[in-house]
Amino acid sequence: MSWLTNFVRPKIQALVNRAQIGDALWVKCASCEQMIFHRDLAERQKICPHCNYHMPIKPAERFAVLFDEGAYQTIELPVADIDPLKFRDRKRYSDRLKEAQKKTDQDDAMVVVHGTIGGYRTVVCALDFNFMAGSMGVAVGDGFLSAARLAVLQRAPLIVFTASGGARMQEGVLSLMQMPRTIVALDEVRQAGLPYIVILTHPTTGGVTASFAMLGDITLAEPDALIGFAGPRVIEDTIRESLPDGFQKSEYLFEHGMIDIVVSRTEIRDRLVNLLGLLLDRQPTAEIANMNAGNIDIPEVLVADSDSSGESEPLNR
Amino acid sequence: MGDKMTGMNTFLDFEKPIAELEGKIKELHHLSDSDHLNIVDEVTRLQSKVERLLKQTYAELTPWQKTQVARHPERPHSSDYINGLIEDFIPLAGDRCFGEDRAIISGIGRFQGYSVIVIGHEKGADTSDRVTHNFGMARPEGYRKAVRLMSLADRFGLPVITFIDTPGAYPGVGAEERGQAEAIARSTEACLNLRAPLISVIIGEGGSGGAIALASANHVIMLENAIYSVISPEGCASILWRNTDKAIDAAESLRLTAQDLYKLQVIDEIVQEPVGGAHRAPTDMIKHLGETLEPSLRTLVNTSGGELRAHRRQKFLDIGASSKS
Repeated sequence: MSWLTNFVRPKIQALVNRAQIGDALWVKCASCEQMIFHRDLAERQKICPHCNYHMPIKPAERFAVLFDEGAYQTIELPVADIDPLKFRDRKRYSDRLKEAQKKTDQDDAMVVVHGTIGGYRTVVCALDFNFMAGSMGVAVGDGFLSAARLAVLQRAPLIVFTASGGARMQEGVLSLMQMPRTIVALDEVRQAGLPYIVILTHPTTGGVTASFAMLGDITLAEPDALIGFAGPRVIEDTIRESLPDGFQKSEYLFEHGMIDIVVSRTEIRDRLVNLLGLLLDRQPTAEIANMNAGNIDIPEVLVADSDSSGESEPLNR
Repeated sequence: MGDKMTGMNTFLDFEKPIAELEGKIKELHHLSDSDHLNIVDEVTRLQSKVERLLKQTYAELTPWQKTQVARHPERPHSSDYINGLIEDFIPLAGDRCFGEDRAIISGIGRFQGYSVIVIGHEKGADTSDRVTHNFGMARPEGYRKAVRLMSLADRFGLPVITFIDTPGAYPGVGAEERGQAEAIARSTEACLNLRAPLISVIIGEGGSGGAIALASANHVIMLENAIYSVISPEGCASILWRNTDKAIDAAESLRLTAQDLYKLQVIDEIVQEPVGGAHRAPTDMIKHLGETLEPSLRTLVNTSGGELRAHRRQKFLDIGASSKS
């Protein structure tokens, strides 16, 4: 109630706040430390124009550029039993949950939406790393199960964006049980003959990797994302050696045959449209079928090559 | 049938008073050998005291003490249960991709007359054996071998019995390169797709993903002093408390004992251990588990493949399901 609190403090706060606004205009890349103008960054879906570093991105920011005209509907998820074990470490789990809910304005780490991508109806779910490191507890399991069930109901493909530190320790063995639970859920999508596509983003580790994240019909990954079962520190502590360069990064996994495509964030939508088209529209359209019956248009180079080999006849007919 | 109590070599810290008494009994035996003194009465008195103390101690084990018991080096391991319960056992090896992982042992044999596939984590009995079996920490090859054997079981309608005893899947460079996470996911999926009966017994340590990969079963049995958890108490303490000394608190919070998990409906049955734990009387333990397994297996064998699969899947869909909205 003094001059200090009534006059000086607001002035200082105003100064500090102004500084924050100034900061928000320019963002420093966490990888190359260059300054990036905020509008450039937004346009490039939070990819650094200098070093191609893919910064963390919220599910809503992804959805805005993923769906046709940025239009999608969010699914309301079942309310999970909060804190089933009454877990307490240095803080109460129920308090940690409340904090995360306030920070992200979400009930839990999994967001489920549906909408069209390139005209194809899809169900999409994404883990928000901001919510307790995207960790998987009962609510995340519920979210994934709801997404899978909705996909089957709508006869739509299921697409999932992962970002997770693994199982949510505060739910003990119940979080472990979400591994078989989500696997049964995705299997329902498969059995319905619908595509299940996974996009791995930084970072995806632990129980999420060891369940629904690694079982995609097709698996994409953003560049330079950390993807693995055990975290690098745990491995280093176990083997007591330093790890190879690029270990557990998307490109490394690609080299070891663990994923299909490493794809830049800005190209994900186009890739998905292509893939969905190939997996869902499996027959030639009537137009093409009528036009091209028995008359395949083969590039000239190819025809010339096969002619010289003498085994080209089936191709030319 | 009972094992000799004096055969034990490793005592846990909370077993000190018991160890002291047993030491005294041993001394008295030596005395009677040399001096021909009649000290039978004293020995009997001490022995009944030991038994009372054991019963009392083991009735009140804390989660952390159970963790120590579950990891006791002299506790019977998968190979002991296989030797004791499975006749005509033929080990089957290899994932047909990369190698043979000895952290998971497996094969075909006969249990109470039924041909069965057996898969289990093996921790090993002595130091060199433990190194051979990588302390029960499997690599992708182990899980891919399990997938292979489960498909064999599926083809011939053979029931599968798995013994779970692992600190967790191995965190190593090669394991990651060869797809540890994918291998665990596929093995879990194989369990869930099986059209043959699947029974899992958590005999010691049920360590996280490395355990669930073999334990997504129709009927999950846990030994009285076994543990089953998403993370080791030490790992949990180091992450959430930033202090490994808090493992005791973590063990408490994680609810990893058989009794807790039964209440949470994550496991289906608890099998009593001999007084003082399975490591005090391995033969009794193995026999008792065999007697418990038989009726469960008989029930499942009489169920159709489709029903078994559907029941198993529904069971895991229901765990933690929030229908209480």
